[in-house]
Formats: sequence, C-alpha cells, structure tokens
Amino acid sequence: MTLAQLIFLAAAAVTLVAAIMVVTSPRLIHAGLWLILSLAGIAVLFILLDNGFLAVVQVAIYIDAIAILIIIAVMLTRAVMSDADRQINRMGLAAAFASLILLAGLLAMVLQVPAASPAPLVEAEVNLDALGRALVDVDGFILPFEVASVMLVAALVGAILVAMAPARGD
Amino acid sequence: MVPLSWYLILAAALFAVGIFGVLARRNAIAILMGIELMLNAVNLNLLAFWRYLWSDNLTGVVFVIMVLAVAAAEVAVGLALIISIYRRRSTVVAEEIDLLKW
Repeated sequence: MTLAQLIFLAAAAVTLVAAIMVVTSPRLIHAGLWLILSLAGIAVLFILLDNGFLAVVQVAIYIDAIAILIIIAVMLTRAVMSDADRQINRMGLAAAFASLILLAGLLAMVLQVPAASPAPLVEAEVNLDALGRALVDVDGFILPFEVASVMLVAALVGAILVAMAPARGD
Repeated sequence: MVPLSWYLILAAALFAVGIFGVLARRNAIAILMGIELMLNAVNLNLLAFWRYLWSDNLTGVVFVIMVLAVAAAEVAVGLALIISIYRRRSTVVAEEIDLLKW
C-alpha cells in the first residue's frame, strides 16, 4: 500500500462520513458544517488527481461561496423549522432503499470499467497556460465559456429579483 | 498509484448518499445540500477519468469548471427561491410547498 493509497483512503473516509452526516444530521447548521468537511475531502482528492488548480477552485467556489451561502440561508430561515422537528420525511425508508438500489446499479456498472494506469502527465501539474488558452480559443471552449458567463449573470440577477422583499400587500 | 475503480466507487457512494438526501430530507435547504453532494460526485468522476484516460487533452478539466459554474448559479437561484417562499408563506418544508400540486 503506497502513500497515495493511504491518503486516498483517509480522504475518502472523511468525505463519505461527512456526506452521510450531511444527509442525516438533525441540526441543519451542523449539516452545513459537515458539507464543508465533505467538500474539503473532495479537494484533497483533486490534489491526488494531480490537479491542484481545481482543488483551489473547489475551495474558493464550493467552500467559500456555496457552502457559506447555504449556511447563511439556513440561519435566515431558522425560525420556521426548529431542529426538534422531524427532518426526514415519511418516505425516508423508501428513499434509503432507492438510493441503495442506485448504489448497487452504479457499482455493477463501475466495476466493468477496465483498470487503467494513469498516463504520465507531460508536466507535473495540469498545464494552466494551455487551459486558459483553451477556454478562450475559437477551436477550444469559447462557446461554453461565454454561455456559462451569460448564464451566471442571468442567474445572479434573477436570484436578486426573486429574493427581493415582496411589495406591500402582496 | 490509486486504482481508477476506487475513485469511481467513492463517487458512486457519494452520489447515492446525495440522492438519499434529496429524496428524504424535509427542509428545502437540506435538499440543496444533497444536490451539491451529487454534483461533487460527478466532478470526482470526471476528473478521475480525465487523469487516468484522457490527460493529454483538457476537456475533462473544462467540464469540471462548467459544472462548478452551473452549481454556483443553481445554488444562488435555489436559495433565492427558498428565501422568497419563506417570506411569502413562512415555510421551508418541501412537502408544505404544494401550491402547484394537484
């Protein structure tokens, strides 16, 4: 067992346990904090996959922005659903059964993937220069890149409009 | 080196946990957390396949970046909807938001 495998197992265990706590924790704030731990575990796995850039992006976008946004939303809406309320709906057992079936199906499919050894990277890390050029290259990914930026602007403006305080008497 | 199948098994387990959260939690914000877990599982899969099979081109990395952008947009709109529903109807429980349910 090599060092990389040990790190993988540790990160995978942390990620999975934290993820299970996210969906079962009765206190929503705790679920949000467990979500941060789970996302950090994923960031470690990204580093193991020789992609430190995406690990930083994961920390900056997922942990910094998304998880904090979720926690703020939890704090804003605490008054209506106390932590003592039931958190799992009455179909909880059926949901667990369905996700177990899904897991079995996914595993059956995943285990058919032939073993592959990682191709050696040309450089030690992902080539950031090439990535930046590919994102704005006409032969590369400029269309999805521009569409994603327009979509982000539209989503954020839409989010502001939707979350705006309702007019009086509404 | 870590075998490819380990990453895929972890991603499958993470996806299953996330979908349990989406199906079973009552609080709409907790449902969003489940969706984030599922998106992360997909990202892990994409990046593992990129590293092991197609590390000579950048499609996998760009795909992960697009998923991140969509996730950011999704969570912003989702939370705005939840806060709007909270203001108008004073609830965040998914099963009580049934105005459009026949």
